[in-house]
Amino acid sequence: MNQDMAEPILQMDKTSKSFGGVQALRDVSFDVFPGDVLGIIGPNGSGKTTIVNCITGFVKPTSGRVYFKGEDITGRQPHKVADLGVTRTFQIMRPYYSLPAYKNLVIPLFSPRAKRTGGWRGGGRLGNRQTIAIDILEEIGFERDSYIPFKKTSTLPTGYLKRLELARCLALKPEIIICDEVFSGLSMSEIASMVPLIQRLQDEGITIVMIEHRLRELFQVANRVMVLNFGQKLTEGTPTEVMADEKVKEAYFGSEEVEEVMIYA
Amino acid sequence: MSTQKLRKERIDRGIKVRSDGLYALMSLRELSYLTLPRFVLIAGMLSLPFLMPDMYWQRVISIVCIYAILALSFDFLAHYVGLVSLGGAFFIGTGGYVAGILNSYYGIPPVLTVPLAAIIGGAICTLMLLPCLPLKGVYFAIVTLMYPLFMARIIEAFDLFGGTDGLAGIDSFSSAFAEQYLVICTVLIFLFGLRRFVTTDMGLIFTAVMDNDQAVKASGINITKYKALAVFIASSAGCMAGACLTHIYMWSGISQFALDFSILPIAATVIGGAGTLAGPVLGCLILVPVSELLRDFGTLRIVFYASVLVGFILFRSDGIMVFMQRKYEQFERWTKI
Repeated sequence: MNQDMAEPILQMDKTSKSFGGVQALRDVSFDVFPGDVLGIIGPNGSGKTTIVNCITGFVKPTSGRVYFKGEDITGRQPHKVADLGVTRTFQIMRPYYSLPAYKNLVIPLFSPRAKRTGGWRGGGRLGNRQTIAIDILEEIGFERDSYIPFKKTSTLPTGYLKRLELARCLALKPEIIICDEVFSGLSMSEIASMVPLIQRLQDEGITIVMIEHRLRELFQVANRVMVLNFGQKLTEGTPTEVMADEKVKEAYFGSEEVEEVMIYA
Repeated sequence: MSTQKLRKERIDRGIKVRSDGLYALMSLRELSYLTLPRFVLIAGMLSLPFLMPDMYWQRVISIVCIYAILALSFDFLAHYVGLVSLGGAFFIGTGGYVAGILNSYYGIPPVLTVPLAAIIGGAICTLMLLPCLPLKGVYFAIVTLMYPLFMARIIEAFDLFGGTDGLAGIDSFSSAFAEQYLVICTVLIFLFGLRRFVTTDMGLIFTAVMDNDQAVKASGINITKYKALAVFIASSAGCMAGACLTHIYMWSGISQFALDFSILPIAATVIGGAGTLAGPVLGCLILVPVSELLRDFGTLRIVFYASVLVGFILFRSDGIMVFMQRKYEQFERWTKI
């Protein structure tokens, strides 16, 4: 947004990660500025989720550094990264299946960060965690005065589980939310109701990094997009720039030259 | 059609709804739905020493309670924290030796050694289990099974604390009644304390760690800290039981690391009802006396014992407690279809 003035809130500096012989990330660098909605796109297996894991400490980068507000957070344990306010959702939802939805949020509200900051909507101090949990669920789109927040998580449909993932991040009063494919597996109407939610979070000053396959909806919310291919950064720019980029088309649809070569071969 | 088809119909008695939370205070009747089952258990446990005045059976009561504490600690760790621990013998042995050492070397009376053994033993067990905490499920079980064997061999090899002879001449409790009421009250306190604890916000974190530790990490919570806390709670319960055992037998030795202490609580949890906390206590109340009654069969004892277990697993795999709870809350009848 205002890239010239602001310091980057999150910085990835020439980060590489290899799993055995597979190079998942190769010298990826990018900056996220406060208030940004950065989209990360790329074909399957291009290393998008590895980026999330490297930032949030779930895997340790082989080389390179990750900075949050200028502080080196490379290889820190996941709970310490989350404690700084760098939160993430999981592509495959990870709710606590034996607990009802609202009790799922008691766990982040019990964390040291939530106790310190009061959590989202906590106003600086925490009251009854279960009441705050229901407040957060209502804001995130669970119907209040319905039985849905009280249902066992294992019986909830995907749409609610994806929202619950976001709610878990929000309960920590995050600085950044890294969303790993929040739109995947949702119906068109569920996605349509999710887009305004993301925009509302952005309006509240939360920086968002979105990893996404649903380009149309992503381009509605993202102000910058980065494209990954085979673990390398292909290009970065505004949605329209990226869409026009030849290299991106090539990565997604394959290059014509290659096809020609194959024909002649 | 010659075959008559029958279906079991279950009708809710409404007990759960009427005795849940504030509703229990509506009338004495609702209150009694809530308190009566608990009262029966408490009163039953407390009256056991009077119902069985025989010396032999009084000792059995104490052993039942010691196993019940272990079964509680197993059930808590396995079904509320997700750590399947086979370290019951490790807890008993550590607690037993700590109490024995405190009493025979330093002359501390049993009134103090039991709580001290719970705290010191719990700390020792937690520290020693700390490296295994990242393990899950059956891997944690295998490693914790190794600990009691390891401890017994160390004591044997280095001839520590009396070596294979153990520590003899340890003070007993002042009277048989004191001994029994100490263990019975410990069981009841741990039972109701843990039941209350697992529903608190902190207790929910343990359940969350069991369900999905990655999500707990992503919530900014240090899971190792909470796992260590859970192991401390469970192991100090076990060590307290071990200290009681030492004072009951006036002896502590390497047989306190016997695997019976790891295996029997699990059997009791299976027949009592996993994850109910009250179930394992009931399981011990059945299994330990059965095992004593079967002593007359000599070596065939283990056959009968195993048959009882297999029968329970086949026909009541959800456990007595779950079965009884269902019978209490619903009534069943056969209907034609």
